[in-house]
Amino acid sequence: MIEIDGLAFHYPDGTAVFEGFSWRVAPGEAWAVLGPSGCGKTTLLYLIAGLRLPLQGEIRVGGDRILRPRPQTGLILQEYGLLPWATVRENVALGLRIRGFYGPDGKHAPAGEAVTARREITQAWLDRLGLSHVAGSFPGQISGGQRQRTAIARTLSLKPDLLLMDEPFASLDAPTREDLQNLTLQLRAETGLTTVVVTHMIEEAALLGTQILLLGRLPNRAACIIPNPGGADPGFRSSPRYAKACARLRQELEAVR
Amino acid sequence: MKRSSVLLAAVALLIVWQIAAWMVNRAILPPPLEVLTVFAAEIFGELGLDFLASLGRVVASMALAVVTAVPAGLALGQMPSLNRIFSPLVYILYPIPKVVLVPVILLFLGISDVAKVVIIFLILFFQILVLVRDQAAALRPELVASVHSLGAGRRALFRFVYYPASLPAILTALRQSIGTAVAVLYVAELFATQHGLGYYIYLHGSTLFDYPRMYAGVVAMSLLGLGLYFGVDGLQRRLCPWQFAS
Repeated sequence: MIEIDGLAFHYPDGTAVFEGFSWRVAPGEAWAVLGPSGCGKTTLLYLIAGLRLPLQGEIRVGGDRILRPRPQTGLILQEYGLLPWATVRENVALGLRIRGFYGPDGKHAPAGEAVTARREITQAWLDRLGLSHVAGSFPGQISGGQRQRTAIARTLSLKPDLLLMDEPFASLDAPTREDLQNLTLQLRAETGLTTVVVTHMIEEAALLGTQILLLGRLPNRAACIIPNPGGADPGFRSSPRYAKACARLRQELEAVR
Repeated sequence: MKRSSVLLAAVALLIVWQIAAWMVNRAILPPPLEVLTVFAAEIFGELGLDFLASLGRVVASMALAVVTAVPAGLALGQMPSLNRIFSPLVYILYPIPKVVLVPVILLFLGISDVAKVVIIFLILFFQILVLVRDQAAALRPELVASVHSLGAGRRALFRFVYYPASLPAILTALRQSIGTAVAVLYVAELFATQHGLGYYIYLHGSTLFDYPRMYAGVVAMSLLGLGLYFGVDGLQRRLCPWQFAS
C-alpha cells in the first residue's frame, strides 16, 4: 500500500529529518508510528498524504507516485481540521461536496466515481458515529470527542483505502480516548482499510498497531520496526501481554531518545 | 438587539426632539412632525433622487472595495513574505484620515461621481484589507491541510475555506466603516455637485434657508446610514450564523 524508497526530507531550517529512509506498508495492515516530539512523525504522515514533497527518493501509495494528495487516502489531524463555520452535518458532507465540485476527474476525486446520494451517505455516517443529535451544531459547540467523531465520519464517508491519523486522540480525556480508540479498531475491522496512526503515547501505539515504526534521533535513516502481534484488537488492552508490550516499547523509546 | 427596543429608542429620540423644538421655539429647529411631513412629500421627489444618488455612490464604493480588498487581504494573510513587504505601507496608510484627501482627489479626478466613489472606496478598502488579512493569517494551517487532503485544489479551497473564512471580516469591516463612509460622502457632496443628500442639505440649509427641508435631508442621510448598517448586520446574521451560536 505504501512504498517509501530512499526518502530524504529537511525542515525549512535545513535540519535533516529523513536521509535514505525506506519503509513498506502492506494493504490491510495496522501501523503505529511512535517517537518523541520533533522526530518527524507528523512530517512522515504529511509526506505520505502528499501535503509535503520529498527532497529525494520516492513515495508510492497504491502504486501511484505521490505528488499531490491522493483521493483515496484519508487524513485525520489532532485538532483544527473542521471548518468552524460549518455545522457537523456540513463538515461530514465536505469531502463529498468537494468531490462533487470537481467531478470524478481522477485528480481531486477518484476517476469514474460520481458522487450520488450525498445526503444519504452523510446521514448514514452521522448515525454510525452517533452524531445525529448534534448534526446542526457548530464544532465550537460540541465536545472534543464529538469533534473527532465528525472528522472520522468526514474522512470515512469518502471510502478511503488508507487512513492516516496524526495524534488523533491526544487532546481528549482518557475515557473518551479509549472509546475512540475502540471505535477506530471496529471501523478498521469493518472496512478492512490500512491504518497508520502517529502517536507519542506508548499505550496508544501498543493498542492500535500490529507493527510499530519507531522514529528517534534525526535524521531517521533505517526504519526501526517492532512487531506487536496482539495489537489492533480492542480486547488487547485488558490482556497481560499488553502491559509487557508497553514496557518493551518504553525501553525501545528510551534507547532512541 | 430586539426590534421593539430599537423602536422604543426611535420614539424616545423623537420626543426629545419635540421637547427641544418647543424650548428653542425658532425656525432653525422645526418640530419632528413638520419635518417628517416634508420628508414624506419630498422623498418621492427631489429628495428621493438625491437619496438614490448618495446610495448609489456608497454601494458602488462598497462593491469596488470588496472586490479589490478581499483578494489583496487573502494574499497578504496567506503569504507572510508578501505581507512583510507590504505591511509597513499598510501600517502608514491605514490611520491616515482619508477625508483629508478629498481636495486632492477632486483635483485629480475632477468633480465627477468617480471622485466621490474613490474617496469612500479608500476608507473601506483599508478597513476591509486589514481585517481580511488578519483573519486569513489566523487560519490554522491544519485546517487548510485537512481540506486539501480531502481533494480540494485551489478553487475548492477558495470556495470552502478562504471565502467563508473572510466573510465575517468583510461584513464587520463594512459595518464598522459605514458611519465614516456616509460622513465622508456628505463632505464629498458639498463640492460642486447637484445631486446627493450632502448637496440637498447644504442647498436648503445655507442657501435657501428652508429649514424643514434641510432637516428632511438630515433625516434621509441618517436613514441611509442606518439602513446600510442594519442591512450589513442582517446579512452577517444570515451568512455567518456560527458567530451568533452560543
